[in-house]
Amino acid sequence: MDITPLTSKKSLISGAIVLVMLILLAFVPLYAPGYPVVLLSSILMYVILAVSWLVFSGPTGYISLAPAAFFGVGIYASAIIGKALPFPIVVGVGGLASFCLALLVGALTLRLRGIYFAIFTFGLVMLMAHSMLFYELHITGTRGRFVMVMSYNTVYYYMLGIFVLVLLTGYLVKRSRFGLALYGIGQEEDAAAHTGVNVTMVKIITFAISASFMGAAGTVMATKWTYIDPFIAFNPNYSFMPVVMAMFGGMGQLYGPVIGAAILTYLEEFLVTKFAEIYMLIFGAILVVAILYMPNGLVGLIQKLWKQISKRKHAVT
Amino acid sequence: MPLLEGKGVTKYFGGLAAVSNVDFTVEQGEAFGLIGPNGAGKTTLFNLISAALIPRSGTIRFIGRDITGLSPYKICRMGVARTFQSVKVFATMPALDNVILGSFFGTATALSSKDAVREATELLDFVGLSAVKETPARDLTLANQKRLEVARALATKPEVLLLDELMAGLNPTEITQAMELVARIRDKGITIIMIEHVMKAIMNVCERIMVLHHGQKIAEGTPQEIAASETVIKIYLGEKARAGS
Repeated sequence: MDITPLTSKKSLISGAIVLVMLILLAFVPLYAPGYPVVLLSSILMYVILAVSWLVFSGPTGYISLAPAAFFGVGIYASAIIGKALPFPIVVGVGGLASFCLALLVGALTLRLRGIYFAIFTFGLVMLMAHSMLFYELHITGTRGRFVMVMSYNTVYYYMLGIFVLVLLTGYLVKRSRFGLALYGIGQEEDAAAHTGVNVTMVKIITFAISASFMGAAGTVMATKWTYIDPFIAFNPNYSFMPVVMAMFGGMGQLYGPVIGAAILTYLEEFLVTKFAEIYMLIFGAILVVAILYMPNGLVGLIQKLWKQISKRKHAVT
Repeated sequence: MPLLEGKGVTKYFGGLAAVSNVDFTVEQGEAFGLIGPNGAGKTTLFNLISAALIPRSGTIRFIGRDITGLSPYKICRMGVARTFQSVKVFATMPALDNVILGSFFGTATALSSKDAVREATELLDFVGLSAVKETPARDLTLANQKRLEVARALATKPEVLLLDELMAGLNPTEITQAMELVARIRDKGITIIMIEHVMKAIMNVCERIMVLHHGQKIAEGTPQEIAASETVIKIYLGEKARAGS
């Protein structure tokens, strides 16, 4: 983390770019209603998942495969209380429920390191799906639930709002002393602990904050689907895709997963419509090539090319 | 009241007693040496003091307060800082950020960003790293990484500093510099406990030395007493070497 003053020229420029982009995004439903709004909502959903995943897993290096669990909790929040309460409160409850689940799970599992943590978090998704199925079949006597429907534009604006919050959180974490502690934990956890960082607390809180955005996104997304069951809500894809998107975009910068999620979501939509039969095959091949040849993601690749170009310019002059 | 005091400190790894019933007292302001053959339990004792490990039995007191089994970060904030035998720097962070992390989190009262940066800069200057403060820690030489660890530990404003083989792997010039650094830390009034295999350093710097062997304390005394001790010579050089000399 660099401790450059907040008012540096570079951060002002990138801040302005982000602001312009957000304003443009805010006007999309007015100029391009219909499909573009639906597609952008899906992109924003994945962007939220990928960025909030990166907020925790990026600096700490703890690879969490739990996004689907938190996302699913949000979906069920929508299904259970969606009709009874005003929607902003429902979104808040979805986020809060995921936050609490993450606190609990974090306290239990953040002692595990490396692959053990990844496997446990993935197990959590399965556990949630099967417990929910058991509950639905034996207690409520159904399998799925209907969720109230919202307009495309409402879904879009909620997603946009959550996206802004995630971005802001990611930025603040990166710039704060809290973020410095997170990076310290990722690089030498023992040293961080012996340098006065309450490593357990820092890890659990960040894990829970990141989970709350996933839950909120799930709450909103459920209204687009109208019907859900445990395996729709806790679909492991929502664990893998954010990780893949963050890696594809580049994990060094906050905008890496934004770019990664945007491109891959669009690519998926494109492949599904053009090559419905073999889209997974093509998608997989593209991912393999991307990860082999862009170890630092798209952002890393661009930065490398940029360096080479500016070096050449330098050599000519 | 001693600054740091251990009573009957014991730690087992499986059936092996890594540290067995060790008593020690360290007084305010002294330099206390810890020596012994490899596997004697020196680093384990450091890990017990800094709470990386929890002893099976025994108590450790810091200024009279029982700190056995507290969290490492709490012990650090109380004023016990350490370095590591195998350096553990924050590899991709600039040297300055490594130290700033200590200023931010290691002290009992939080510092403002401005003060933390100023203090960290001063400390890098103190250990002789001001020229490389923007360099990522992983690109520093081993000697400089070790100094960086010292600066990071000092940033937590410790009463007592545990140095785990600060001089291992350094060349003679670097050892001389490290010894001089330890002396300057002492001049600041910080108590030092050091594990060292470089006898020249330990004999010159420390007022008192404790010798561990197979997890047990076998000797304690001034450098002169330790150098003259029959048991210590036997352990370090073996029976035959002594007979032959």
